[in-house]
Amino acid sequence: QTDVLVLSCDLITDVDLYKVVDLFRTHDATLSMLMKKTHEPTEVVPGQKGKKKPVEQRDFIGVDDTGKRLLFMANEADLDEELVIKRSILQKHPRMHIRTGLMDAHLYCLKKYVVDFLVENRTITSLRSELIPHLVRRQFSSPSVQQGLDNKEEDQKKKEQASLDIYSFIKEDNSLLKPAPDNSCWNDHRGDMNETLHEGKVRCYVHIMKEGLCYRVNNLGLYIEANRQVPKLLFHLGLEEPLVHGSAQITDKGMVGSDSIIGSSTQVGEKTSIKRSIVGSMCTIKDKVKITNCIIMNSVTIEEGCCLQGSVICHNAVIEKGADIKDCLIGSDQRLEARGK
Amino acid sequence: MAARDAPGGAGPEAAAPVPAGLQAPELSQEEKLQLRKEKKQQKKKKKSEKGPAAEPPEVGTPSEPGQPRGAQPAPAPVLADGINDGEKPTGGKSKAELRAERRAKQEAERAQKQAKKAELNQAATAAKPRLTPTEPQSVVKRLPEHVQVDDPAAQRKLAKKLERQQVPLRQDYGTKVNLFSHLHQYSRKKPLTQQMSIPSTVIHPAVVRLGLQYSQGIINGSNARCIALLEVFKQLIRDYSTPPNEELSRDLVSKLKPHISFLTQCRPLSASMGNAIKFLKKEISCLPDSLREEEAKEKLQDTIDKYLREKIVLAAEAISRSAFEKINDNDVILVYGCSSLVNRTLCDAHAKKGRAFRVIVVDSRPRLEGRETLRRLVRKGIHCTYVMINAISYVLPEVSKVLLGAHALLANGSVMSRVGTSQIALVSKAYNVPVLVCCETYKFCERVQTDSFVSNELDDPDDLIVLRKGQAQLGGWAENKSLRLLNLVYDVTPPDLVDLVITDLGMIPCTSVPVVLRVKSVDQ
Repeated sequence: QTDVLVLSCDLITDVDLYKVVDLFRTHDATLSMLMKKTHEPTEVVPGQKGKKKPVEQRDFIGVDDTGKRLLFMANEADLDEELVIKRSILQKHPRMHIRTGLMDAHLYCLKKYVVDFLVENRTITSLRSELIPHLVRRQFSSPSVQQGLDNKEEDQKKKEQASLDIYSFIKEDNSLLKPAPDNSCWNDHRGDMNETLHEGKVRCYVHIMKEGLCYRVNNLGLYIEANRQVPKLLFHLGLEEPLVHGSAQITDKGMVGSDSIIGSSTQVGEKTSIKRSIVGSMCTIKDKVKITNCIIMNSVTIEEGCCLQGSVICHNAVIEKGADIKDCLIGSDQRLEARGK
Repeated sequence: MAARDAPGGAGPEAAAPVPAGLQAPELSQEEKLQLRKEKKQQKKKKKSEKGPAAEPPEVGTPSEPGQPRGAQPAPAPVLADGINDGEKPTGGKSKAELRAERRAKQEAERAQKQAKKAELNQAATAAKPRLTPTEPQSVVKRLPEHVQVDDPAAQRKLAKKLERQQVPLRQDYGTKVNLFSHLHQYSRKKPLTQQMSIPSTVIHPAVVRLGLQYSQGIINGSNARCIALLEVFKQLIRDYSTPPNEELSRDLVSKLKPHISFLTQCRPLSASMGNAIKFLKKEISCLPDSLREEEAKEKLQDTIDKYLREKIVLAAEAISRSAFEKINDNDVILVYGCSSLVNRTLCDAHAKKGRAFRVIVVDSRPRLEGRETLRRLVRKGIHCTYVMINAISYVLPEVSKVLLGAHALLANGSVMSRVGTSQIALVSKAYNVPVLVCCETYKFCERVQTDSFVSNELDDPDDLIVLRKGQAQLGGWAENKSLRLLNLVYDVTPPDLVDLVITDLGMIPCTSVPVVLRVKSVDQ
């Protein structure tokens, strides 16, 4: 019945949501989304052999001068060698900034008629890779082109699918703002004879976050990165819990670094040093263990004398004595024999 | 005794208006003047009299404030009885005794009133000399809250009211110029939605969107704001459902209140919006109870449509036609800023192809609304010239008439319009160029204002910062303690500078505005 806000559940962010929604509301936009400037990952991601090729995953995003209106979006994988930009875009927005270092946070505000369009249109399977670029492209194409195609009799089925134009879903009785812009003296551009907002009915806006926290933990590297940032950020988020949980039994408090998080009911033995790591709850860590840069999930048992570096150890794993683990991924319920490497 | 008689004689007169005032809610002007005269006389008498008559009131004063309200109605009927008794002395008491009794009561009464006055004067704002001293039971003319920002008591009341309605309070931004410290000054970068939840539960989302569009300046201009407001109210009514055990006529008005507070917080209401809201509230409360909810909602939406059509759309057409008669061949018309009505008039006049005229568009910073006017007129093919407001004395010699739009027309005939309008009117008067103001009757307002200070609006001061070659000279204005930026929105043009007001009721001189207001209130 109303407009929707789509969130993906692997998003960790502290963005002010009202900024994204305000863009949506103020300009009566069809779509409003969130993006963030990315940093290149610096640390080696465990469990991955060979370098990742970041080049293929790049997105080309074109925004206008104010940085708010989304003009162009294409993934590098879809393009061959050239970037094709429609002339109508450049006519209406002479200055366009194209950026590649933006990460899409997969947070969208959509109008109701887009949802209706999705329901009708079966060909679109993915929101991010199909619907959004489609909407961005349709901003600048006129609805009349599609209307012409509607009238053709041949290949009706094909045309039916193609003629599911987003414009046909924009209800005309939603003319709340129709008389008002005629009387209002606001215009989003200067030096042009056109009406405000170029009379475009479909409008896409983007809010680009410059600072702040925004992670989409959909791959391992980002997950580890996010985990590492958590101790620093818990402080900012105002969570009152101490980094070391109250019920954890730690014999040697001095050995636990200040940027590590220890979960509840965890037992840590003597002479164990834990640095820059996150240890889950219900773990048992015996003496003389060195843990650096690790993510240890719940209910893990680590025997004496182990040395763990840069690894991710999943639930219920058992690591026997003397194991030396570097940059590994250890799955759940695994059992590593003693003195393993 | 003669000396005593004088206060005694004056006493009943003073006492008579008091009980009359107690029983009737309003004291008339004459009675107020009478009371004031009496007080002056009594003060003089008090200074001269050093007898025990001076002391009992003073002794009585500390005890009186303790029960001013409770005691007041009690002495009133007693006093009334006393007067009646005085006129027809009963057999039980002698005349002198009665008179002494009466005098004592009157002194007590007077002391009570003075103590109360002292109390009220302490409570009332010292900074507002215009605030009429509140008589205990008279109708109080309250200043609207948005012009009492420097009064902490009024602001606390406002904050409490907003909390009750669950509307967030918008914080003021930046130091204000002293003269205007009684007005709000908000920053565009801190919208009200920052403090609201998504999705908004208390305020209807359409109203949130409207408020946001107001505060960001997307919807600008008196007519546009009013039209948008009415459309949103129509949607509100559509989405409204009467809760059980409530009546639509009463409940809907109370449901509208938080929304109106929210919109006021986003941007102070314009006079046109205020009138529209008054009209709507009256319509809702006049709904007959016999109607079912659906019919009532339909009826309300129809009345809103009718109001829109009659007062805005048809009025615009009528004004456009009347103004066409005033435009002569080979005219040079000066317009200022962007007024939807003036634009429409000029476009219609051009379309009729009867008269050839050209237009000079005057513009001013920081809004630069003239560019929008320019765009619209040039698109229609009207010959236009564009100047800034500092150039008006250069262009006025060739101008034949000035056409201005108005935000509101006040009850003394003053025109409230975009800041800069009074400048133009003043200079035009100096050059003997006729000034015509186009204004629909629904913008007529019962307020009286002679200056632009009391009730105005302060816009975001950061708008004045201009970026030239990547440098903003005023960028650090907040750090400089002695620098204040002022971005006024409206100003008031005195009625003697305006030659004619073109309304949908016809072409009237500025001084006939109160007549129109009176006729309007009689109609309603």
